[in-house]
Amino acid sequence: MRFTINGSKREADPDIRASLLDLLREEFRLTGTKKGCDHGQCGACTVLVNGRRINACLTLAVMHQEDDIVTIEGLGSADNLHPMQAAFVRHDGYQCGYCTPGQICSAVGMLDEVAKGWPSHVSDDLSSPVLDEAEISERMSGNLCRCSAYPTIVDAIREVHDA
Amino acid sequence: MKTFNYERVASPEAAVAAGGRFIAGGTNLLDLMKLGVETPERLVDISRLDLNTIEEKDGGFLVGALVPNSDLAADPRVIANYPVLSRALLAGASGQLRNKATTGGNLLQRTRCYFFYDTHAACNKRVPGSGCDALGGFNRIHAILGASEQCIATHPGDMPVAMRALDAAVVTLRPDGDRRRIPLADFYRLPGDTPHIETVLESGELITHIALPALPPGARQLYRKVRDRASYAFALVSVAGVIAVENGTITHAALAFGGLAHQPWRDPAVEAALIGQPPIEAAFDAAATALLKDARGHGDNDFKIPLARRVLIAALRDLTGEPA
Ligand SMILES: Cc1cc2nc3c(=O)[nH]c(=O)nc-3n(C[C@H](O)[C@H](O)[C@H](O)COP(=O)(O)OP(=O)(O)OC[C@H]3O[C@@H](n4cnc5c(N)ncnc54)[C@H](O)[C@@H]3O)c2cc1C
Ligand code: SF4
Ligand code: FES
Ligand code: FES
Repeated sequence: MRFTINGSKREADPDIRASLLDLLREEFRLTGTKKGCDHGQCGACTVLVNGRRINACLTLAVMHQEDDIVTIEGLGSADNLHPMQAAFVRHDGYQCGYCTPGQICSAVGMLDEVAKGWPSHVSDDLSSPVLDEAEISERMSGNLCRCSAYPTIVDAIREVHDA
Repeated sequence: MKTFNYERVASPEAAVAAGGRFIAGGTNLLDLMKLGVETPERLVDISRLDLNTIEEKDGGFLVGALVPNSDLAADPRVIANYPVLSRALLAGASGQLRNKATTGGNLLQRTRCYFFYDTHAACNKRVPGSGCDALGGFNRIHAILGASEQCIATHPGDMPVAMRALDAAVVTLRPDGDRRRIPLADFYRLPGDTPHIETVLESGELITHIALPALPPGARQLYRKVRDRASYAFALVSVAGVIAVENGTITHAALAFGGLAHQPWRDPAVEAALIGQPPIEAAFDAAATALLKDARGHGDNDFKIPLARRVLIAALRDLTGEPA
């Protein structure tokens, strides 16, 4: 099976039952993407597929042949951080860091949704949502943080949005 | 997870000919397969079928079964014509899940009954004839209307509740090539003594579209969802309402409820209590009484009876009061 992962063409022959998450971690050794619950409940496995954030644990690898997949490793590197990674560092948007790759990928996908004008559950006006703190919390509710670093996560995302 | 055969199909015709279980977003089916609750032998991947557009048709709209929940909620035409639908979708799941979940898959998502998920428990829905551990067990999220002695599960979806209030219809393709159009009112079954059969879909029948009809001009719409936390939780009780008031009289009322029954619940008696009446508390009370006259709690979910009353009355106030 062929995939585009972080901009490179990659091939693998995973078990038919492998989730996209297991493909990334076990076949491609991209262990930045984390497994929390394996049931779509925590967001630790969030990656960008064809530009959209999804839970890698609730989709089959075989269904993503030829797709364009971006993981935390593809967003930036230690010496060339993505603006969202840099903002998380600046604001201490984590404690243990386990949820962080998922938070960052989710935040990047989320700001893209905001740029497209997508509303959320807390938008007063569905046609022109404004990204305040309540909006960020609602839009990021699919990413749990066991250390409860939520306030600084929101600060980091807000800084990238306002930049 | 039990292994399976996998095939990706290129057309709806090929999908129905393939003879297997459809997988669209996979967010419900894979969850259940990992737990051994669902054990399909053959998965037919319909995720790349060309059924992902929203088109105007007969004054209403035709939504492809593969339109993701996110896209449906954010579509300017849906926001303009069916804000109750956008609101219901946005109240469900998370941003990541809505990006993957599809319109057809959302309609067919299965109950969140704890015992249905637990392969060690007795559950007539999972294993017909095995019993029901929710009756007499912990049943806080369970049904108060339309349940049976065999099953008291609820349909967990938000989007289907809005679609029920909008009088949507499901358009399908059958393996014999026939197409049918099934009003959502006839689509879901009550549990009765066959809780494992949840809809009128036949084996191998593919949902291709959902049809949304035009609404009466001036109708106001609302989706109100009550849950254990403010986001990313299933409804305990929800209501989708579409109401029109002309010259001080309610002329159109469509009210559907989530969290109460095995299907998005709608009862003509509720609407009859409102239509022709002025939008006043006495009418709202009568509507709530009509809704709940046959309601029955099972212990842990008794609270849903007064909660449903309050949620309905609050929704009716919002729908008929001064616009915010
Ligand atoms: C953590 C979590 C929280 C959630 N919270 C909510 C919530 O608050 N509210 C809510 O409403 N939902 C919620 N959901 C459920 C989610 O909305 C559903 O999982 C999703 O809508 C299912 O769509 P899908 O395309 O992924 O379906 P799939 O998993 O692909 O399929 C589901 C079922 O539909 C069948 N199917 C799919 N498409 C078709 C078709 N075109 N024709 C015939 N059969 C078809 C499949 O065979 C399968 O039986 C939540 C899910 C998770 C994991
Ligand atoms: S309520 Fe229905 S789904 Fe739940 S255990 Fe009983 S039979 Fe199974
Ligand atoms: S591991 Fe995917 S959502 Fe938790
Ligand atoms: S930083 Fe520890 S789980 Fe979020």
